[in-house]
Amino acid sequence: MRGMGEYQLEVNGDTQPVSAPDHWTLLEVLRYRLGLTGSKQGCDKGDCGACTVLVDGKPVLACLTLARASEGRAITTIEGLMPAHLRAGGTGADPLQQAFDRCGALQCGFCQPGMILSARALLDRCPQPSREDMRDALSGNLCRCTGYTQIFEAIESAVAEKLQLQPKLRSWEAQRAAKESTR
Amino acid sequence: MSARDLHGPGAPWGPHEPGSKANVDFKVVGRAHAKVDGLAKATGAAVYADDIVLPGMLHAKTLRSPHAHAKIRRIDVSKARALKGVHAVITGDAMPMKYGVIPWTPDENALAVDKVRFIGDPVAAVAAIDEDTANAALKLIEVEYELLHAFFDPHESLVRAEPAIHEGRKEGNISKSVQLEFGAVETALAGADVVVEDDYFFHGSTHAPIEPHCAVATYSPEGVLTLWSATQITHYVHRALARVLELPAHRIRVIQPCLGGAFGGKSDPFSLEFCVAKLAMLTGRAVKMLWTREEVFYAHRGRHPMYLHYRSGATKDGKLTGVDAKILIDGGSYSSFGLVTTYYSGQLLTGPYHFPTYRFDSTRVFTNKPPCGPKRGHGSVQPRFAFEVQLDQLAEKLALDPIEIRRRNFQGDFTRTVNGQRVTSNGFLQCLDEVERASGWKARRGKLGPGRGLGVAGSMYISGTNYPVYPNDMPQAGVQLKVDRSGLVTVFTGGNDIGQGSNSMCAYIVAEELGIPLERIRVVAADTDLCPVDLGAYSSRVTFMVGNATIDACRKLREKLVAAVAEKWQCAPSRVRLIEGLVIDLDDTSRSLTSVEAFHLAETKFDTLGSTGSYNTPKLGGDYRGGTIGASPAYSFTAHVVDASVDTETGRITVHDVWIAHDCGRALNPMIVAGQMEGSAYMGLAEALYEEHDVNRFGLHRGPSLLDYRLPTSLDTPEFRALIVESIDPEGPYGAKEAGEGPLHPCLPALSNAIYDAVGIRLKHLPFTPAKVLAALRAKQESAPLAAQGGKR
Repeated sequence: MRGMGEYQLEVNGDTQPVSAPDHWTLLEVLRYRLGLTGSKQGCDKGDCGACTVLVDGKPVLACLTLARASEGRAITTIEGLMPAHLRAGGTGADPLQQAFDRCGALQCGFCQPGMILSARALLDRCPQPSREDMRDALSGNLCRCTGYTQIFEAIESAVAEKLQLQPKLRSWEAQRAAKESTR
Repeated sequence: MSARDLHGPGAPWGPHEPGSKANVDFKVVGRAHAKVDGLAKATGAAVYADDIVLPGMLHAKTLRSPHAHAKIRRIDVSKARALKGVHAVITGDAMPMKYGVIPWTPDENALAVDKVRFIGDPVAAVAAIDEDTANAALKLIEVEYELLHAFFDPHESLVRAEPAIHEGRKEGNISKSVQLEFGAVETALAGADVVVEDDYFFHGSTHAPIEPHCAVATYSPEGVLTLWSATQITHYVHRALARVLELPAHRIRVIQPCLGGAFGGKSDPFSLEFCVAKLAMLTGRAVKMLWTREEVFYAHRGRHPMYLHYRSGATKDGKLTGVDAKILIDGGSYSSFGLVTTYYSGQLLTGPYHFPTYRFDSTRVFTNKPPCGPKRGHGSVQPRFAFEVQLDQLAEKLALDPIEIRRRNFQGDFTRTVNGQRVTSNGFLQCLDEVERASGWKARRGKLGPGRGLGVAGSMYISGTNYPVYPNDMPQAGVQLKVDRSGLVTVFTGGNDIGQGSNSMCAYIVAEELGIPLERIRVVAADTDLCPVDLGAYSSRVTFMVGNATIDACRKLREKLVAAVAEKWQCAPSRVRLIEGLVIDLDDTSRSLTSVEAFHLAETKFDTLGSTGSYNTPKLGGDYRGGTIGASPAYSFTAHVVDASVDTETGRITVHDVWIAHDCGRALNPMIVAGQMEGSAYMGLAEALYEEHDVNRFGLHRGPSLLDYRLPTSLDTPEFRALIVESIDPEGPYGAKEAGEGPLHPCLPALSNAIYDAVGIRLKHLPFTPAKVLAALRAKQESAPLAAQGGKR
């Protein structure tokens, strides 16, 4: 028989007691014990990245991480971003979440909790990433809807907002602008 | 009443009649807005099926067939039932009623009855206190099989009727066969200056939404069954549940929670929906079943593999004279949408080019593989691939520019296709212009250096289908509006938002029509108890049909609002405008009301405020058997140019850029339209280069995981350039047409054509693996005269 474990996890700033079978992954504990269903299960074997959470600020696949192995580490799930932003004196959701919303990067939305956390980690270490940086940082997060373009645009929009840069025109905006200028 | 003719493509307000084309002053439509559910998805608050947890909920698992084709001699579930923590075990006899999404071909059971037809066919289901216990119980179920000859090659199914995969059919292992001819094709081909005849193969691929299928059911003490399911067609699931569970439909409620992608893969009613419902009824507990990724691959319903033979003739100046197609379709083990697929494989090719004559002979057969069904661009992506490559071959023979040959054959707008389909707006020429301009076609083609080239292709797709899968004359789409005294307007729609943004589309229209801010609109969708029927998210029908129904409901409500205000102001109703949260008098700028005040006036004058709206299609289609299949109230058009290079050492293809020009009528939200175009092109490229859904010689799936079945990552995906063409359709909502499926089609042939431009090999068999590229390069080298070697083409 598999044993049950009792331990503490620090999730989104709160340390919480957990009682779960020893073989449970971090994803299972987050979803089924702590009710944090924002982290998604897409493949359950580390292929899709939908379960990505941040552990000590680094993206980790929660479906391949034993929950116990995360004891003593700071875990951030998608549910943690907005409260952290509010605690820091901001308004509304995390600016990156707002940019994803604003730029149409959310189609079905299922990959996005993982995607946004991977992107958050990227921006935390690289405030003005190139498209190549983004491709690299997000390569572990499969998106089946967008073709990634609007995800890159969302990250660029968040960067532009923060650094007060002029956002780049999207292809259809450039097309419209060209049409209007020839009129 | 059909709402079809009630509103034109113009803005709701302006100097002319509402909807007049002359009204161009849109306040909401035509601009980029966030989606109504975007923040919920971005913050993890959105609730998907697997996020639903109910008190005392049991977890269910499915036992699946390990054999591709076998009779079930005996099943013994007694040991599984006796396991501690197991609450119920069911097998096929619990639900013997057959079903199928197409009512004419009901050949599926929730759990196998008497035989299994592919590795992965569901045989039994267990509900237990948790997944571990349910999995342990599955291992205790004993099944004795009698193996049958299994069919893996569709050519064999075509000629061999025994053993029948589905018994009692006079057609043996043929699922559906359609032969239609329009005009004298043989004469036309005989009179052509040039004829190209060739074979093409389109492989199988699957949808692979990141969310696996999941369903949760409860059964109330009053006898009401509630099912939450990751489905894209709530209404058909509702009907199928009533049939299979033998319950009256009014005792069933189906709700689609937030959906994590579908692409056609969640269109059929699925085994898990019936199983959790039955298990909930048997146990009196809530029951959830979440499929593993492997099970999603078995459930499949993906792109049909097709063997395509085409003959096309043209005159010296590049005008097509006739097209002749013979297509063998591998359907897998069940019918699913196969009847429609078979027709679509021929019926949807007759645009954007004028075919003077056309014939197709399409046959779908059963094999012992996971069942095929509708994937984005249902039934028409495969023939489109073959034909657009063939068109390039014709251009080559005639020494014509590939874009030019497409222009010369343009069918025009407001016309009728050779197979009798009515075409309204048609922006295909502008699509060609856009990709030609944006890709720098004229300046760059032929000058990209060795191993790199440009390719073009075009396509057409339906904006909804004119006829529902079960015959009825009721509206295809219905919408209800409810107005609250707070100023909130709630939209109730049966439409399924599968990530494409249909709920947001409804909100944009209500905001436009009633002149209220988006934040005062909430959308309740895809709940059969609360929402009027809509036929669901398939055939790219939702924007067109639900959009029109929403306009209809808004116009009826707004008539009351205007009348109430006009009465108060003692003025003509034509002076009253609803705009940006206000109601104003056009002739007296000194007076205005807030929209909330207008709502109160109207509620006082009339009654509790609300309205309904609907949309039904006009009667369309060719006057022959099957002539209504492929009939659509409007068609979208697309052109792609792909820039790709080939590494002749490794056979690896790199796609640098894809320009996508798509005529979607009016872009209600250009950002969402662009997202659909980019996502479509991504999915097309993925099929062309990486993905292959197939079984091995035992019928076992070759790689049912997201590692083996390779979805392109952000590193594999090129830049997409979405170029929107707006032809403004006379019947679409504000002139809109579809954008979700059409833009996939040209991607694969445009890539094949780009590779020909790059290295002179015609890739006619998908997917374009490095091995195939190298083999083609070798064959080219061997057949080329020595003197020609070393040249690019």
